[in-house]
Amino acid sequence: MRGASHRARHGGYHPCVRIGIVTFPGSLDDGDAARAVRLAGAEPVPLWHGERDLRRVDAVILPGGFSYGDYLRCGAIARFAPVMAELVPAAGRGLPVLGICNGFQILSEARLLPGALTRNAGLRFIARDVRLRIENNRTAWSCGYRRGEQITVPLKSGQGAYVADPGTLAALEAEGRVVVRYADGNPNGSAAGIAGVCNAGGNVVGLMPHPEHAVSELTGPSADGLGFFASVMTAAPG
Amino acid sequence: MTAAADTVARAGATPGQPQPYAELGLTEAEYGEIRRILRRRPTSTELALYSVMWSEHCSYKSSKVHLRRLAAAAPPSAALLAGIGHNAGVVDIGQGYAVTFKIESHNHPSWVEPHQGAATGVGGIVRDILAMGARPVAVMDALRFGPAAAPDTARVLPGVVGGISWYGNCLGLPNIGGELDFDPCYAGNPLVNALCVGVMRRGGLQAAAANGPGNKVILLGSATGPDGVGGASVLASAAFGVSSGQAAGGPAGGAVPAGSAAKRPSVQVGDPFLEKLLVECCLELYAEGLVAGIQDLGAAGVACATTELAAAGAGGMRISLDAVPLRDPALGPPEILMSESQERMMAVVEPAKVDRFLAVCARWDVPAAVIGEVTGTGRLVMSWHGEVVVDIPPASAADGPAYRRPARRPADADALAADDPAALPRPADGAGLRAALLALIASPGLADKTWVTDQYDRYVRGNTVLAMPEDAGLIRVDEATGLGIALATDGNGRYCRLDPYLGTQLVLSEAYRNVAAAGARPLAVTDCLNFGSPEDPAVMWQFTEAVRGLADGCAALGVPVTGGNVSFYNQTGEAAIHPTPVIGVLGVHDDVRRRLGTGFAAAGADIVLLGRTRAEFGGSAWAHVIHGHLGGRPPLPGLDAERRLAGLLAAAAADGLLAAAHDLSDGGLAVALAESCLRGGTGCRVRLPGDPFTWLFSESAGRAVVAVRPGREAAFAERLAAHGVPGETIGTVGGDSLAVEGCFAIPLPELAAAHAAALPALFG
Repeated sequence: MRGASHRARHGGYHPCVRIGIVTFPGSLDDGDAARAVRLAGAEPVPLWHGERDLRRVDAVILPGGFSYGDYLRCGAIARFAPVMAELVPAAGRGLPVLGICNGFQILSEARLLPGALTRNAGLRFIARDVRLRIENNRTAWSCGYRRGEQITVPLKSGQGAYVADPGTLAALEAEGRVVVRYADGNPNGSAAGIAGVCNAGGNVVGLMPHPEHAVSELTGPSADGLGFFASVMTAAPG
Repeated sequence: MTAAADTVARAGATPGQPQPYAELGLTEAEYGEIRRILRRRPTSTELALYSVMWSEHCSYKSSKVHLRRLAAAAPPSAALLAGIGHNAGVVDIGQGYAVTFKIESHNHPSWVEPHQGAATGVGGIVRDILAMGARPVAVMDALRFGPAAAPDTARVLPGVVGGISWYGNCLGLPNIGGELDFDPCYAGNPLVNALCVGVMRRGGLQAAAANGPGNKVILLGSATGPDGVGGASVLASAAFGVSSGQAAGGPAGGAVPAGSAAKRPSVQVGDPFLEKLLVECCLELYAEGLVAGIQDLGAAGVACATTELAAAGAGGMRISLDAVPLRDPALGPPEILMSESQERMMAVVEPAKVDRFLAVCARWDVPAAVIGEVTGTGRLVMSWHGEVVVDIPPASAADGPAYRRPARRPADADALAADDPAALPRPADGAGLRAALLALIASPGLADKTWVTDQYDRYVRGNTVLAMPEDAGLIRVDEATGLGIALATDGNGRYCRLDPYLGTQLVLSEAYRNVAAAGARPLAVTDCLNFGSPEDPAVMWQFTEAVRGLADGCAALGVPVTGGNVSFYNQTGEAAIHPTPVIGVLGVHDDVRRRLGTGFAAAGADIVLLGRTRAEFGGSAWAHVIHGHLGGRPPLPGLDAERRLAGLLAAAAADGLLAAAHDLSDGGLAVALAESCLRGGTGCRVRLPGDPFTWLFSESAGRAVVAVRPGREAAFAERLAAHGVPGETIGTVGGDSLAVEGCFAIPLPELAAAHAAALPALFG
């Protein structure tokens, strides 16, 4: 709905919010993220890891996958990609950035988000639909949800356990920077059941679960995930 | 490799030099045939090339005289664009799309090194699909292990599942289904069969041929290393002796090619990240029209790709082995040819397009090197350090020998057939039936497979409409029109052990029915034929009967076999596995929004049992799980009835008459009802028209259970009559238990607990 009102505000049906999606070598969910952006009413813009060019987009998504094979450490190589040299300062200036799964790992390696993602508690890859609770609906990517709202989206990761030192965890809680939390058990051993966090400005969000896989009842467990992509339509300058 | 390579000149001058052909798996007669073809002794490199190309795995020498039956008997199909003999079959699904799919085994490597063995099985079949010109869009896996509680299964199963999970997830392909079963016959011989399906535009088919003399031959992907040297001849083409498994490449040793000083593992090591780059790179090369011919590198590596490309094309090729990028500079020509290093493709490229080709490879960080060119000489010539080490007519290596091996009905066949399960004690009352159902759904082969499937990404690419535990996987192909494809794989070693002809038809029928149960029209077949040693006449009889059954079954159902794979030597010592053809069926779904799931959700819906139920328990899950019994006759296939049932299901799905559909197979109606209740989270109440035991546990073929959309009962009854399918309304969806009137009721939580507990209890 927010997408529709946004389009109406600009007086046309052509999408005018442009959301960049970075493809790294080994990115897998870039096509899914583009579809979610389209369904939310914005225009997906492909961005290439090797180019220092954000193509004047209004927001950026770092999609899921195994960038550079996740060799060395998840996200550790991707943070040095040329496109990141543009993205990090832009995020500092308030550009909305969403990292999903591997994207979250990259944002954490790039120090745009605190903490780190480590091996799941059970040491096995987990692909499962999970219930999430929206804890903070004031970020660029979650403002379309109600606080406390529960949604169902897929989780699929081998290294999805969120960890941070006690001081950071306390600060995240105190500042309300936990964006989503696992609502029905803790599938991977994440600290305090944290499934997603944001930076102090609320423009950079990292999510371990995959809202781009929950955009339609036909191909996902729900359409609950669309809200993240619709949210940024109102938050982005456009 | 320190010694100078054996050259053609040297081979001509030293005709009497002893050669280790037997160690490479060639018979004396085969070695003699090579000498006759070349009119001299082969060089060590040629000997290596022929040994892998003439291995059972690559040459199909024991099976091809029988497999011709599949092509000859294939029903005419307007949809078939490429059939048997290609890397994979291709079918036209309409709206300008073509689909290619194939199933392949990686059994032996998965026992030796479960994680890498299974992972590279996925990688290999994905490259087959890629080589046809298609974008791979989904994978499935059919897995069979020894007894679930055996210590070796605890080693092999988690490794295999972890390998498939790692490779498939990292490659970004949804895993949409498959099978998991256990039987003592698979101890030491697990079956790991991987299927991949790909989609392309109708005109996008790539040629696996080296045409156009002067065109360049480019090797792209991973550098060639010492992994998997001789895998095809050593691992895939010989039975494991009592202790030879370790020697064939396990932790204690490695298969040693002639002339190699180092002991190296025979199982390849995969790099799914590079495979992902290779996929994207090849698709971009196709889109730009830069490829004149292409072949994936799998078993027998460079040897296979060069001989097959040359034999299928202009006939000649010149290769410089010095130009092959190596991971290990110590490799010599025989090892370079035999290496099964993963994530490699070989392309044929017009000279004017080579620069652009290499630029695309560079954009995707895929290493690529020009290693030779196509010639019109009719000879495959390879040089090394300036000297000729291979000079052969390529078709002689690509075609290989063909054997019609002796086949004899197994000595125990009559005794096995006479051991009728009718003599087994049956549950006497409702409590006994209840206990039998709970035991069945808690048995490892029928239990909830979430432990496995929760490790597989089924969502990636965003087009998965149905995935396990549904009857079939369903992938959307076109977002605008809803066009999609359904896939199911099935196998049943017990039925096929009792009667390989009928058993294979039952397996084919089940896969066909599974696709229909999703609401799709079955279109084409792929087969993975897992058998023991072809040198055992009893095994050879099983094989010929299975192929005959498949050919006749496909003709009756009107679906052609488009390709597949044969895996022989699945045996330890004298003990062969049950004959286990695994059949994959591809169907087309006109609108995936009208798909049928298996779950009961709409309370009040009538439950209708389709097809005829007879007292058929030979090879049944009930006899196997409750009594450990295998004997008698398998159920009788009814191919005409299957065809009518499939037509009914597709029509009823298209008209929106059904809320759910589930095929009946292992465990019969009882297990199907339990699965549908658990899947949809809603119970049901049924009353059975006759002997409850027979109605609950018989495995008669050609049956499905459906939930009719409330209000559409009359329309569905009309459809039943029009399609000539017998249907009996046996109950209603609703409540919170599975209730069989006059027999028992099982609350869903109790059912779910029994179903869910088995695999986690075994594997952690």
